[in-house]
Amino acid sequence: MNIFVCVKQVPDTETKITPTSDGSFIETSSIKWIMNPYDEFAVEQALLVKQANAAANITVVRVGSVKDTEALRTAMAMGADDAILVEAGDNLDSYSIAKAIKGAIDKTGKKPDLVLAGKQAIDDDALQVPQILAEMMNMPGVSVIVGFELAGTTLKVKREVEGGALEVYEINGPCVLATNKGLNTPRYASLPGIMKAKKKPMAQHSLADVGVSDADRRVKYSGFKLPPEKPAGKKFDATDAAKQKDVVAQVVGLLRTEAKII
Amino acid sequence: MANVLVFTELHDGKVKPVTLEILGKLTGNTADVAVIGDIAADQVAELAKYGAQNVHKLKGSNLDKYSPEGYSNALAEFIKSKSYDYVFAGATSMGKDLFPRLATKFQAGLASDVTNFTMDGGTFAGTRPFFAGKCLAKVEITGPKPHFITTRPNALGMNPSPTAGAGTAADAAANAGEIRAQIKEIIKAASTKVDLTEANIIVSGGRAMKNAENFKILNELADVIGATVGASRAAVDSGFAPHAMQVGQTGKTVSPSLYIACGISGAIQHLAGMRTSKVIVAINSDPDAPIFTKADYGIVGDLFQIVPILTEEFKKLLGK
Repeated sequence: MNIFVCVKQVPDTETKITPTSDGSFIETSSIKWIMNPYDEFAVEQALLVKQANAAANITVVRVGSVKDTEALRTAMAMGADDAILVEAGDNLDSYSIAKAIKGAIDKTGKKPDLVLAGKQAIDDDALQVPQILAEMMNMPGVSVIVGFELAGTTLKVKREVEGGALEVYEINGPCVLATNKGLNTPRYASLPGIMKAKKKPMAQHSLADVGVSDADRRVKYSGFKLPPEKPAGKKFDATDAAKQKDVVAQVVGLLRTEAKII
Repeated sequence: MANVLVFTELHDGKVKPVTLEILGKLTGNTADVAVIGDIAADQVAELAKYGAQNVHKLKGSNLDKYSPEGYSNALAEFIKSKSYDYVFAGATSMGKDLFPRLATKFQAGLASDVTNFTMDGGTFAGTRPFFAGKCLAKVEITGPKPHFITTRPNALGMNPSPTAGAGTAADAAANAGEIRAQIKEIIKAASTKVDLTEANIIVSGGRAMKNAENFKILNELADVIGATVGASRAAVDSGFAPHAMQVGQTGKTVSPSLYIACGISGAIQHLAGMRTSKVIVAINSDPDAPIFTKADYGIVGDLFQIVPILTEEFKKLLGK
């Protein structure tokens, strides 16, 4: 059984984002990189499948810059068997990334049985790569999954939609699944795991190696800038119990007369 | 002037507001609407009011329930039979799932979760947030047409004076094709409230709520003002609320008209997820909480005392 897990390396959620002076992207020199949080659920799910199928092989694939290989090493420290890094710039569009992942999987010569990825990467928040990949690989796909049940060759997954309702899908055969928080609890890499990960194989390709060129770009991002700052609002002290009712009445009044919102 | 198709979903038989937001922004272009299945005459009239020329009702077997493959096959076949420059949808659960797959059937580009756009000279130019709104970027689409776009609900706003369209509704035969991932069952959510991403008013609780039980006071407030209840990551990670309720960079990015943050300190990843709310009210006992830097109206005080008073004041205001 061949399992592929797509991971992305993104700035830590506490990162303060600064656009570059020419607006072409963001300053990346002092960023702390982490594995995209939604991808951790994908890695964990692959490991859970492998626990029940010892013969399964887990390959993690990442398309991105080489300056740090944190995400791939973390995935291997958690238990993935090997890794593929496709070297690319930071500001690539989803179509090129999906095509590069497909190219990297094809290059292994292995037929994928299961492809997992986080439902979105918290940098561009595009929510596109897993679905594009499924279509490019001519595989069924389900996104935003919070439940996974494999019985024989039949897979049952739960997809979370608006308001917390769940769609229960049944899939036979290879598929692409995009994972959401709540699917499982990702394990921490153990110290022996981290040591072992250093010796695990990591293939490295260029975009050209996996058949991707500038002509594959479909979406261009530019003019990165900070959102406009809101002017300072009004602050009321209601720590004194005697004042609370007046303060709240005043705010509610302002919501109608000034903000005209209610 | 561009030839545009807007895909709409129906919720309880009604067109989702985001469809009308999109149509209202397309004045000056030719806009058709596609829906899978039937749509009531009053809803066609609503679409026409905002500019819809033709309303295409795609009908065929295996399209009674959503499936990424069935819907994308049916829509792709229909789109290929026409000549649209752009295809739009709301960045809803379905739009976000369906459109990447649909666009790829045309080897075409998709600009997702767009929060504003122009169509000068019939060419799309958009803006979208990155890093959950910590910064914004321009987005343009290249490569083969049609180009695909999803827009974030509540972000565009309604056009107050749209140019009406003909609103001619007609059936179109559709083919779902092979469906390998099929919905067997839908488990309804406990709440019937509108989803956070589409809510007009949100009341959110943070770590200071102390436990899940205490969210009761937020639910009471929400019921009075017709709000959906959300939570911060700290509250979700502490087990006070499910992840579906999480607002922030690793939860939902929201832009309601009114956001009431209760006992939320305002971590950078939370602010990223709600800063585009039109009006923000914050209640926190810490006068230096970062949430106050983003709040239009900040109330420094104990939320367990303030929130019930707020509920009562809203009741009075709304005559409930």
